[in-house]
Amino acid sequence: MSIRILYFAGLRERLGAAGEDFALSPGLDTVGALRRRLCERGGAWEALAEGRSLRMAVNQRMADAGAALRDGDEVAFFPPVTGG
Amino acid sequence: MPVRVQREDFDVGAEIGALTRGATDVGAVASFVGLVRDTNDGSGVSEMTLEHYPGMTERALEEIVAQARGRWRVAELLVIHRYGRLLPGERIVLVVVTGAHRGEAFAACEFVMDYLKTRAPFWKKETTAAGSRWVEAREADDEAAARWDAQRPGG
Repeated sequence: MSIRILYFAGLRERLGAAGEDFALSPGLDTVGALRRRLCERGGAWEALAEGRSLRMAVNQRMADAGAALRDGDEVAFFPPVTGG
Repeated sequence: MPVRVQREDFDVGAEIGALTRGATDVGAVASFVGLVRDTNDGSGVSEMTLEHYPGMTERALEEIVAQARGRWRVAELLVIHRYGRLLPGERIVLVVVTGAHRGEAFAACEFVMDYLKTRAPFWKKETTAAGSRWVEAREADDEAAARWDAQRPGG
């Protein structure tokens, strides 16, 4: 069970990573749980802490913390959007 | 294609011409063009870089266009949004809506821009004399998008 994670804009720069492949462990089955797990890496990854204004997407659709994760999903974390 | 995400500039007149050619039932064309400003939050801006999420960007814009079509009777709806490096005065985004009457065309055009501002995955980074910075999302943009949620479709 693995997923692809993407990071964009200011978050991508802060983490120094545009993306990564991530192995899902048992129990890690929602976007919110994934966010907490990544935050536990500490340092720059605390940019993913709860309360930080971040948006999440699963398979290129906006998602909330409760969204389920499945094998092969593409998950993205990014700051609130500023286009237009 | 009603949605185009591209690095290149666009020709507003040519796009409107293409959408209205031969459309004798169209009485109204509403359009919005967004440009790069040379000042933001009190600082001079010398250039801007727009990042986006390829794939999701197109999907999000197509969804916004579909929602607009569900709310208003419009003939054609076009969204073009650029990405990459842009200079002050350059065009960023174009929305064109054609329809029988101006009311629905105006409303659909404004709706698409308000939703695009809060839902399409683009991020602006601007260069000022003090260095470069990511543009912060504005609460006013969330409020502008939220007012459509309170309205009935067609309202």
